[in-house]
Amino acid sequence: MSQSLSLRAGIVSILLLLAFIGAWWGATLPTQVDLGDMDPEYAAMMGLDSVQESDIPTPGDIGSAIWTHLSDPFYVKGSNDMGIGIQLAHSLWRVLAGFALAALVAVPLGFLIGMSPLMHKALDPYIQILKPISPLAWMPLALYIIQDASISSIFVIFICSIWPMMVNTAYGVASVRDDWLAVAKTLEVGPIKKAFKVILPAAAPTILTGMRISMGIAWLVIVAAEMLVGGTGIGYFIWNEWNNLDLANVIFAILLIGVVGMILDMIFGLLGKVVSYKEV
Amino acid sequence: MSTFDNPFDPNKSLHRGCTCGKHASQADHNAAVAATPNPTDEEAALNRAVESSVMRSLFPEDRTRRNFLKAVGVSTAMAAVSTLFPMAAAKAVAADPVGPLEKKKLKVGFIPITCATPIIMAHPMGFYEREGLDVEVVKTAGWALIRDNVNNGQLDASHMLSPMPISASMGIGARQQDTYVATIQNINGQAITMHNKHKDNRDPSNWKGMTFGIPYDHSMHNLLLRYYLAEHGVDPDQDVKLKVIAPPEMVANLKAGNIDGFLGPEPFNQRAVYEGAGFIHVLSKDLWDGHPCCAFGATKTFVEENPNTFSALFRAIASATVYAHKKENRPEIIDAIAPANYLNQPKIVLDQVMTGRYADGLGNIITEPERADFDPFPWESMGVWILTQMKRWGYIENEIDYADIAEEIFRATDARQRLAEMGLPAPEINSKKHMIMGKEFDPARPQEYLESFEIGRA
Repeated sequence: MSQSLSLRAGIVSILLLLAFIGAWWGATLPTQVDLGDMDPEYAAMMGLDSVQESDIPTPGDIGSAIWTHLSDPFYVKGSNDMGIGIQLAHSLWRVLAGFALAALVAVPLGFLIGMSPLMHKALDPYIQILKPISPLAWMPLALYIIQDASISSIFVIFICSIWPMMVNTAYGVASVRDDWLAVAKTLEVGPIKKAFKVILPAAAPTILTGMRISMGIAWLVIVAAEMLVGGTGIGYFIWNEWNNLDLANVIFAILLIGVVGMILDMIFGLLGKVVSYKEV
Repeated sequence: MSTFDNPFDPNKSLHRGCTCGKHASQADHNAAVAATPNPTDEEAALNRAVESSVMRSLFPEDRTRRNFLKAVGVSTAMAAVSTLFPMAAAKAVAADPVGPLEKKKLKVGFIPITCATPIIMAHPMGFYEREGLDVEVVKTAGWALIRDNVNNGQLDASHMLSPMPISASMGIGARQQDTYVATIQNINGQAITMHNKHKDNRDPSNWKGMTFGIPYDHSMHNLLLRYYLAEHGVDPDQDVKLKVIAPPEMVANLKAGNIDGFLGPEPFNQRAVYEGAGFIHVLSKDLWDGHPCCAFGATKTFVEENPNTFSALFRAIASATVYAHKKENRPEIIDAIAPANYLNQPKIVLDQVMTGRYADGLGNIITEPERADFDPFPWESMGVWILTQMKRWGYIENEIDYADIAEEIFRATDARQRLAEMGLPAPEINSKKHMIMGKEFDPARPQEYLESFEIGRA
């Protein structure tokens, strides 16, 4: 039954996609334009032709953009024009660097907050104020103080990934069942051992969920950050193509961002499964 | 023998293929000198170079010089020559650096607009390489980022809007840092582009309530648009809204109707026409023929710490600017700067900008060969004009010495000397009168000029 459900869902997905592409194709058909007695030179300067291509790229344009970029993803034609694979690598590097730094700070701090009601109360106001700030709002300040565009974008990733991880870690640590802690106490387990052998495994699924949320946000933010600072990365790629109003390439990049984001999310989903446990 | 050897040594020859005679040509010699490390005592070496050239000019025949030195002895010769020629003064003049490059790998920023043509084309067309520089031209997302990255040294030098070095040097909307206009990049080459819905509303005095895009506050675009509106009785602060929009976003915003028009850099005016979003209302050339737009700037610190590198960079960019000025070179330049690594624009649009034969979006083909032009000389009077306007609109609030500031930032004297060394023509004066919308601007009387405007904050 479940197999036939997946099958039917798959068929519906494909039909929806086909319907969407069909409607898109229909809406972007070239139109006949009556140029009247327009000077052919003027028409050429305006990019006008009697058969006018649509402003919005057609499914065919997107297909050819995908093919062009994926068939040669690692070319370097100068410092401002590099293949999509290289751009993607730059973005991923920034995301991973910012994310790793955030994890280094957020997990220990989350532990502290989760284990100590005092620290929880003391730090809570700061977290509540800092958490809702849009990460990009930090960008001008970061650029001014750090004085390096690439490190500033890593900092922005850091600051946006830190909160979900910290809050989830604290929550996971605080919700470890009291009887487990009581057992640990009875067995006279030291505090370090207690943290690693009891609390960490118990809180791991919640921490992983926090990480998964953080990664999702980081991937959203990197595109915007790179559009601001330029240079390299998938966000810069979109900005550069926007400069040229080349929407086919912009749409290609949007699709790619979606696919990569999905893969990142799947990885954290799998990790979450590894550390999850069933309470008995 | 090298230029730095003793010219009073009778056994050495001063005349051969190059100044030292070891190389086939002067170019080879220069390359070899550039490659060798600093002479231990640079000043002494320079003095020797001066003495060499003086002796060469006094004794075109090397044999005569050797005989003269042998006959009278070196110290007598020195004294004799010194009475004939002010050797000390010549040595001081030559203190201008001619030594090896302090830094070869450089980062130079640019915004992808045709204003930056010389900075950009110098990369694919080898102008930097010819000077022994390894320059990376860095496409940058906006003017604020250019400001910050020049300020913090991530960029060694950069494409800037002409008012930006002034605002940086004065610390207005920027972290204070002395910054120079080494050369102007382009003159003219901007336009006011209006939304198609205003095709029948061409009189600016009817434009109250509209919203306009400008690329940056401290830009010629802002100052020219304000001037233009004010000349038509529209107060740019009270009657209209001026929005800072990055040039690439201008076309999309115009198309969406978020702005009624913009005074922006090319190719985005022509691109707006090409996209069917608007029409070219007036070229900036028709407001002020020969107005400066963008500059090639660097911080004082960079210039002083890297004098030879800066000279080389100046030579590369000045010669690219002069090359771009020549109309016959434009097609080759368009091919060089159109690709995605640089401007990333369709050639048909760039053609219209650079040749000046263009569609105006109203159904006419217009031929205006001076639409976009390139001229490196940084007139101090341009700086004074910018200062009057920055004061007029309240960007500068305190009393200032116009001529002093302009002279310090717009390096006209330096530029003349360097251009002359390159054998390029340069004006003999640093300041001249300009004609802006039919009104004369006299750089000698900035305050009077400022007070002559009815609309303004000063």
